Amino acid sequence: MIEIDNVRKSFDSFEVLKGVSMAVEKGEVVSVIGGSGSGKSTMLMCINGLEPINAGKITVDGTEVHAKGTDLNKLRRNIGIVFQQWNAFPHLTVLENTTLALRKVLGKSKAEADEIAKKQLNHVGLGDKLKVYPGKLSGGQQQRMAIARALAMEPKYMLFDEVTSALDPQLVGEVLDTMRLLAKEGMTMIVVTHEMGFAREVSNRVAFFKDGLIHEIGSPSQLFESPERPETAAFLQSVL
Amino acid sequence: MLNINYTFHWNQAFQALPQMIDGALITLQIAVLSMIIGIAIGVPLALAKQSSIAPLRWFANVWIEVARNTPALFQVYMIYFGIPAVLQLVAGLFGIDFRALGINIFYLDSYWAVLVGIAFNNAGYLAETFRGGLRAVPATQTRAARSLGFGAFDAFRLIVLPQMFRAVFHPMTNQMVWAILMTSVGIFVGLNIDLTGVTQELNARTFRTFEFFALAAAIYYVIAKIVTGGARLIAWRLFRY
Repeated sequence: MIEIDNVRKSFDSFEVLKGVSMAVEKGEVVSVIGGSGSGKSTMLMCINGLEPINAGKITVDGTEVHAKGTDLNKLRRNIGIVFQQWNAFPHLTVLENTTLALRKVLGKSKAEADEIAKKQLNHVGLGDKLKVYPGKLSGGQQQRMAIARALAMEPKYMLFDEVTSALDPQLVGEVLDTMRLLAKEGMTMIVVTHEMGFAREVSNRVAFFKDGLIHEIGSPSQLFESPERPETAAFLQSVL
Repeated sequence: MLNINYTFHWNQAFQALPQMIDGALITLQIAVLSMIIGIAIGVPLALAKQSSIAPLRWFANVWIEVARNTPALFQVYMIYFGIPAVLQLVAGLFGIDFRALGINIFYLDSYWAVLVGIAFNNAGYLAETFRGGLRAVPATQTRAARSLGFGAFDAFRLIVLPQMFRAVFHPMTNQMVWAILMTSVGIFVGLNIDLTGVTQELNARTFRTFEFFALAAAIYYVIAKIVTGGARLIAWRLFRY
């Protein structure tokens, strides 16, 4: 379970998160929607400790992320994250991209790591690209590889940070399909997205972010069809 | 009228070719070792220059500035003559006279002085090159690696460094050629086993100045070409992506 409790976060004098609270249960898919710069992505970076916070508390399965003495490297093995810029490691093949952390972080043998990686790469439809370098892949394929790379670590949670925003429109579908599959398999996911159709279809709950605050959180049907807050209604009107 | 009665005697020069090749191998050895040391020091220097710890930054800056803005000959001189003298002086201030004790711990022979001097120079130049190379690797790469559970050092070693080396491979090759040519300053500190040293000794014995130095220049040229060609091969093999 991920619990975010009244988290505040500033970059210099600019406060990006102004007291965000949210809890995500095991097996839940929560989508986070809202305008650019509203703090959605920053919140994801805070969850696995890539960004420090100024106040509040985030706990993942009882471990306080920003407490002194928390082994962040260990914590991050349980939290997969996929970024908007897919961040493939360009000097490694698709297979090597996927096995590197298995071998060097988890200490698995090459054979063991290869087997896990191949399974995950097949899962996202890249089973025939093992020896290819990321530079030869399309954006959609690189993004699916990034998903497989994160999944190979067998995380308990997956965070998605606008993973389709940098893709050509015709490539968005294949990545969303992969995420749909994951959701169906019961993966706990927090999905920051601009894909309203996807958020509505896949999520258990949807959170609306604006100016560093969650203005509203609820089931997709409630949030999309009868938003309680005028800010949510205004945002939905502007994007739908 | 000017009387030019110098006749070329290439035979003598060609007969000395095996000796000169031996000298060339020493030249290459110094250059290779100085590059390895230069890279090993250059990477931490590049990081130190960007460090948030001010003394580290100062140290890196002084090293880089001196290496890049003073003659290589001066740098080798400093190591051969200057540093022993300064250290003896400092030791003297504490009442220690190493010479009286019969130890000459600060004395470097010419081979080591040239090696250390060129390594110093390489490290300074390479540090700047590496700094540029590091900037070519996006910070998001480190972030992605950290998110997979890599520690800071492993993320740097496994993800950032390999990409940096690709970005700086050609400037590094240039530095290697430059290191080979720099070894010739060894002659000023009495190095007589490298290509220039051997050539000078042959010249002193035979006065066939032009022939020997022309041949030496040709050998330098060939080594430099082999190095650049070899580097291209290595790059082709390593950087398939």
